[in-house]
Amino acid sequence: MPLDTSERGTPLLEMRNMRKSFGGIHAVEDVSIDLYPGEVMGVLGHNGAGKSVLMKMLSGAYPRDGGQILINGEEAHIENPRDARSYNIETIYQTLALADNLDAASNLFLGRELVTPLGLVDDAKMESETRKIMNRLNPNFQRFHTPVSGLSGGQRQSVAISRAVYFNAKILIMDEPTAALGVEETAMVARLIDELKAQGLGILLIDHDIHQVKALCDRASVMKNGKLVGTVRVNEVTEDDILGMIILGKNPENGVE
Amino acid sequence: MADQNAPSDLPQHTRRNILDTLEIDRRLLGMIGAFVVICLVFHFWTGGRFLTPRNIFNLTIQTVSVAIMATGMVFVIVTRHIDLSVGALLATCSAMMGMTMTTWLPNVFGVDLGSPIIAPIAILVGAVVGTAIGAFHGWLIGYLTIPAFIVTLGGLFVWRNVAWHLSSGQTLGPLDPTFLKLGGTSGTLGATGSWILGIIAAGFVLYLLFNARRSKIAHGFPVKPVWAELTIAGAVAGAILGFVKILNSYEIPTRRLAREFAAAGQEMPEGYTEAYGVPYSVLILIVVALVMTVVAQRTRLGRYIFATGGNPEAASLSGIDTKLLTVKIFAIVGFLCAISAVVASARLTYHTNDIGTLDELRVIAAAVIGGTALSGGFGTIYGAILGALIMQSLQSGMAMVGVEAPYQNIVVGIVLVLAVYVDILYRKRTGD
Repeated sequence: MPLDTSERGTPLLEMRNMRKSFGGIHAVEDVSIDLYPGEVMGVLGHNGAGKSVLMKMLSGAYPRDGGQILINGEEAHIENPRDARSYNIETIYQTLALADNLDAASNLFLGRELVTPLGLVDDAKMESETRKIMNRLNPNFQRFHTPVSGLSGGQRQSVAISRAVYFNAKILIMDEPTAALGVEETAMVARLIDELKAQGLGILLIDHDIHQVKALCDRASVMKNGKLVGTVRVNEVTEDDILGMIILGKNPENGVE
Repeated sequence: MADQNAPSDLPQHTRRNILDTLEIDRRLLGMIGAFVVICLVFHFWTGGRFLTPRNIFNLTIQTVSVAIMATGMVFVIVTRHIDLSVGALLATCSAMMGMTMTTWLPNVFGVDLGSPIIAPIAILVGAVVGTAIGAFHGWLIGYLTIPAFIVTLGGLFVWRNVAWHLSSGQTLGPLDPTFLKLGGTSGTLGATGSWILGIIAAGFVLYLLFNARRSKIAHGFPVKPVWAELTIAGAVAGAILGFVKILNSYEIPTRRLAREFAAAGQEMPEGYTEAYGVPYSVLILIVVALVMTVVAQRTRLGRYIFATGGNPEAASLSGIDTKLLTVKIFAIVGFLCAISAVVASARLTYHTNDIGTLDELRVIAAAVIGGTALSGGFGTIYGAILGALIMQSLQSGMAMVGVEAPYQNIVVGIVLVLAVYVDILYRKRTGD
């Protein structure tokens, strides 16, 4: 039963026929994915399936070899991370991509510093903005003057997340956001995802935890060996169905688009 | 995000001891301490000849050239690169300026020797050459991804011998008299000028401290107690004015003054004295230090340099063009080499074929003694300048007590390794 996408209007994001190879190895081959506002789309697959490469093409970290990216139906030109940011695409990398020697505020505003009228960086203003956003995301966070290398895993994660949230992301890419977190912190991320979803963001969630995918995602696209296996509506399939797609590359009978 | 151990991180407002209250950088304090100890040891060892106005004046002008380049080396090392070519680059800049002053302008363009336009043109030529060569190094490193070690090792051979080629191995001189004023003894602000400079500098520091406090209060951040602010303000202003006072109490030899009066066709009044005051070369170093500190701490360029040093991947994922950044950093170093070349050749009053030899190692050592981490991401401009000063004090102190040249270098080498070890221990203990 194909999903009738026409009634959902224009997708927030469409990636069409995305391709990327590294020295003859096809890391991503002809993959198309779409994402609607207020939707969480899981991107699943084994290590090396091409999920991260696909996401990095969207975030501008890798130039793509082929394919089109459309945002609200219009072609987007994304060649580097700056371009992606200009389309309000924000990424929370698995590595968090923090400069360990700088404090939370410097990391939050890295590449987008607030400046005084003289063009000098306005540290006080940035710290005050950081305090505001942290107050919302992680009220316990108090260590604004230590380099982020001195923070705990959860604190570092909240710096990375606040960076994406502060700049009004419309499309949020989360690459295994809970991989390094404890139970309670994972629950906090889940709550945050629900909150952002309610605000109408589109979220691409890379995750290995099938249970979590079932709980958080509306749809899921599964990749294997650089190719798209299929996209399913998560509430119409079982965990075993998804595992079958990941391991065997076999689509289930129901719930496939 | 929840954080179970956050409450234990909370007591940030408790100030454990007086140093915390003053919010002084302990590393800076340690370096100043080491410097003071070195000075005192040599002062007693030399029987009171080390901490005299005359020696402090000489020490200052000897430090300038290496210190200027060391501020640039901080940026290079912070971004996990190295520059082995600064001494050779200095020589090429110096040779270009020497040729401009002694040969090209007078012989090719027919400018009269002693014309006031000679010095500015020569300095401009040096600055352009230095910046261009530095930018070229940066391009090879950033865009062609050749390791900085290799590019600048090659640069060391190339530019040292380009300098040789330009001057045909000869000593170039005498250099332009206006140009020589930038070298040290022959160009100083004099007593009154130095006092004015000192008062302006002290006022500027007080203004900065006041402004920083006001900004913190405006944003509702905690500030240190007023007495702590006043202590720091007093210490800094005292240091500036004390330095000026010392340089002002070093008097120009009466014989030289008599010569100057005679040259002007006048009789020198009986008992006339004049102080050197702050040399122009030191003024240049102060300006370089200020500009580089502002760049490091208050500009996007500086923020990107430190971010790239801390995590190059994160920097480029944040949209920072790290290739172009590398070009900019090495161009800055090239420019600073040219400025150092002005100071160094003006101090010697000639361009010599071996000018700047081994300076690359002194500059790297100064930056490293000053707390710049070779693993990247950490380093300060004032640290590098202090590092240069510490090395120069060691060297001239040992020379004064009669330690022979090879032993001087042995000691400097040991101090370098020891300084880095102490820094490692310090980082381990504080955990940053």
